[in-house]
Amino acid sequence: MVDFTVNGTDKSYDGDEAMPLLWYLRDELGLTGTKFGCGIAACGACTIHIDGEAVRGCVTPISAAAGKAVVTIEALSKDGDHPVQIAWRELNVAQCGYCQPGQMMQAAALLATTPEPTDDDIDEQMYGNLCRCGTYPRIRAAIKLAAAKAARP
Amino acid sequence: MRPGIAADAKTQALGASSELSRRTVLGAAAALIVSAALPTGSLAQESNAPLKFGRDAMPNGWRDDPRVFVAIDREGIVTVTCHRSEMGQGVRTSIAMTVAEELGAEWSKVRIAQAWGDETRFGNQDTDGSRSLRHFFMPLRRAGAAARIMLEQAAAKEWGVSASEVRAEDHMLRHAASGREAGWGEFAERAARLPLPDEKSLTLRPAAEFRYLGKDHTGLIDNHDITTGKATYGIDVRLDGLLYAVIARPPVFGGAVKSFDGAAAMKVPGVLKVFAIEPSPPPTEFNPLGGIAVVAKNTWAAIKGREALKIEWNDGPNGSYDSAAFRASLEDAARKPAKPVRADGDVDAALAGATKRVVGEYYIPHLAQAPMEPPAATARVANGTCEVWTCTQAPQATHDRLAKRLGLKPDQVRVNVTLLGGGFGRKSKPDYVVEAALCSQAMDGAPVKLTWTREDDIQHSYYHTVSVERIEAALDEKGMPTAWLHRSVAPTIGSIFVDGAKNELPFELGMGLVNLPFAIPNVRIENPEAAAHVRIGWFRSVSNIPHAFAIQSFVAELAHAASRDPKEYLLELIGPDRILDAVKLGDVWNYGEDPSVYRLDTARLKRAIDAAATGIGWGRKLEKGRGLGIAGHYSFVTYTAVAAEVEVTDGGIAVRQVDIAIDCGPQVNPERIRSQMEGAVVMGMGLALSAEISFKNGRAEQGNFDAYDLTRIDAAPRILNVHLLPATTFDRPLGGVGEPGVPPVAPAIANAVFAATGKRIRALPLNKEFSA
Ligand code: FES
Ligand code: FES
Repeated sequence: MVDFTVNGTDKSYDGDEAMPLLWYLRDELGLTGTKFGCGIAACGACTIHIDGEAVRGCVTPISAAAGKAVVTIEALSKDGDHPVQIAWRELNVAQCGYCQPGQMMQAAALLATTPEPTDDDIDEQMYGNLCRCGTYPRIRAAIKLAAAKAARP
Repeated sequence: MRPGIAADAKTQALGASSELSRRTVLGAAAALIVSAALPTGSLAQESNAPLKFGRDAMPNGWRDDPRVFVAIDREGIVTVTCHRSEMGQGVRTSIAMTVAEELGAEWSKVRIAQAWGDETRFGNQDTDGSRSLRHFFMPLRRAGAAARIMLEQAAAKEWGVSASEVRAEDHMLRHAASGREAGWGEFAERAARLPLPDEKSLTLRPAAEFRYLGKDHTGLIDNHDITTGKATYGIDVRLDGLLYAVIARPPVFGGAVKSFDGAAAMKVPGVLKVFAIEPSPPPTEFNPLGGIAVVAKNTWAAIKGREALKIEWNDGPNGSYDSAAFRASLEDAARKPAKPVRADGDVDAALAGATKRVVGEYYIPHLAQAPMEPPAATARVANGTCEVWTCTQAPQATHDRLAKRLGLKPDQVRVNVTLLGGGFGRKSKPDYVVEAALCSQAMDGAPVKLTWTREDDIQHSYYHTVSVERIEAALDEKGMPTAWLHRSVAPTIGSIFVDGAKNELPFELGMGLVNLPFAIPNVRIENPEAAAHVRIGWFRSVSNIPHAFAIQSFVAELAHAASRDPKEYLLELIGPDRILDAVKLGDVWNYGEDPSVYRLDTARLKRAIDAAATGIGWGRKLEKGRGLGIAGHYSFVTYTAVAAEVEVTDGGIAVRQVDIAIDCGPQVNPERIRSQMEGAVVMGMGLALSAEISFKNGRAEQGNFDAYDLTRIDAAPRILNVHLLPATTFDRPLGGVGEPGVPPVAPAIANAVFAATGKRIRALPLNKEFSA
């Protein structure tokens, strides 16, 4: 039995604790905002927060969440108004949008520790998040815009 | 709607039609009744014209009936139905803008609904070939205009005034003389009962009045859902009692299961069933590859179950496919004469008499589309019906393949279309949707979601072809070519439809090969045969990728041989301003468009090249190790050019700046054109620098993103400028946008690498030459 919270709600899981959080969130809880892209921590589509840190849900077993707080894109903010989400909309970052929940979760974690990221910071922290549509130039711009918004809301 | 199928509409991924039928007045409700008797006059394919082009030539043509595309409810909310698949190109936004513009709607009161697969109702839905707006811009404008006129007529009748005096604008109906006004909701119901305005009375809004078309301010219609994780893709669909499946497919194309033992798989907790899926006889077309399916209570259990399968495979005739050996065989073929597909003048004589001859041989490997959302589908096959929810670029083809494989009648199948997490051509082939249906059938009608893992996707793709392009030119004393001999050898997409097909089809030849727009007196282009050993399929930009890479690299090689500036040389080679007829060049396809309307305008191509060159500061002084390269290309009836600055160090090739210019005619949604160009640059960089699928013993050697190396953010250029070349009016024909950005990227980078290092690389991906 593993106890943890998902988006603020208490959960108790009684099953294969080796199952990656990704499949638990998507298949069992219906939180499909967290995406599957590779299953081997090579694309970042499944990025979620555990105790505020960005992790890959596809390789994180449920057991690793014991006693911790899991947050998904659905709860990054209450009404979709995290600075990252606002910036993403303002610059129309998305193309297909499939990678973007993972990108935003990673970007939010980056800004939490690095409020004024440089291009190098962004490249380093966002390296693991693939976007096949090629939205990287706008992701860079949106992270900087979100940083500015967070600084003077 | 169809009994037995409509009942589940509430579970539709995008919530389209049930919502509509409950709330709407003008449009859906009426249209559902009317649809069976839609006037055949709107079916373009029934015209008597001998030759059909563009939207008229597409399967099931087009529709412009406002009752199909526009719905207005009692609160005045407008719902536009999008019958083309959204995969990142922005079509849901662009179609909504188009209809809203003609209506005179306020953007905040416009919603979008996704059409299911039904081309009888909606017209062609194949979202490929960069043609959604090219083909549907005018029909959708007419649909919006007709709905606007019906609203005006309804208000005029009520107010006892002439309809010509009532204006629908700003989401209001107004009669200036009397000062009367009303919202649209009030008249939607009455408008719906009016006859359709006759075609001749339709007036379209003049471009000077446009509030949305050609402007940038609406933003993506799905922005909020995407940024909050609510957007529903094919892989996200959920139904009550949903089961989850994955399939182990033959590792070699054409292979089959020899024997299998599913006992261990059945012991994995959560696994419910293990069973064989029969492969289809050739041609492979869009059919499932066969294999062993594992159905479980969640995706993870299905994956674990699959790992526990014991399967012995028969590899079949492609078991020895080796892409390195195959490359050598393509090179052999490229060095021997073959069937000409274009011949102007006397190439042999000009080559024989030349003072200087230059030869270049180029290689472009297989690629996988690898959309971030892998193929996925949810199906329920029960009570003599089949309903699916999926990310597909081809809703009608999906519908037809399901009916055929399941032995159902057309009206017993329904295809609900979700958002696509990328497509790039992969999702034009619905093999995965048929697989999902077979899984549901095997589970006695329980709904089943089939997911392709990334390994499935990369190892069982419909691959971009592999090719050798050999070009030889004779140069005169000024260094300009007097003869051009190009042999293009590549397995054809035709091989998935006709087993054993070995020659490029007209649509492949027409992608920048035979329609070479250069001013050269003697040109011969040949297409030696090449057999396919894997499934070959469309990959964004398709054959333009190898053709542009070879031709635009070779032009830079000729410029070097002539000691000329590559940009000036390219412009001179394109030659004087002139309008070329594709058919006269030997391109009978012309992207399906009327050659008298869509002509190859060399001035537009040169203008794009100039814009890219100016953007990057062509000719400027560079630090050591840096170089500029340029390439221009005509594809999907659009003109694009790319200028790139690279830096080559011991660490490899870094792309520092890219300027991309596009002339696609009138720009419906400039913001999305820019984003498509940015994306094309990044995707083009991936195939230029690092992406390759290779084969050994018939098996793909890459399985996931650790080995199939795509562009990541650190490699994306920090300076990326998009130059949109303005069209003068909206009366000009539209060009494509989704694909034309890709082809010039790789040759521009290869040319820049040469400028930086003096090293000419003729094989993609370029990084292979630079990594230790
Ligand atoms: S799905 Fe987890 S990193 Fe790709
Ligand atoms: S927006 Fe499509 S993968 Fe990133």
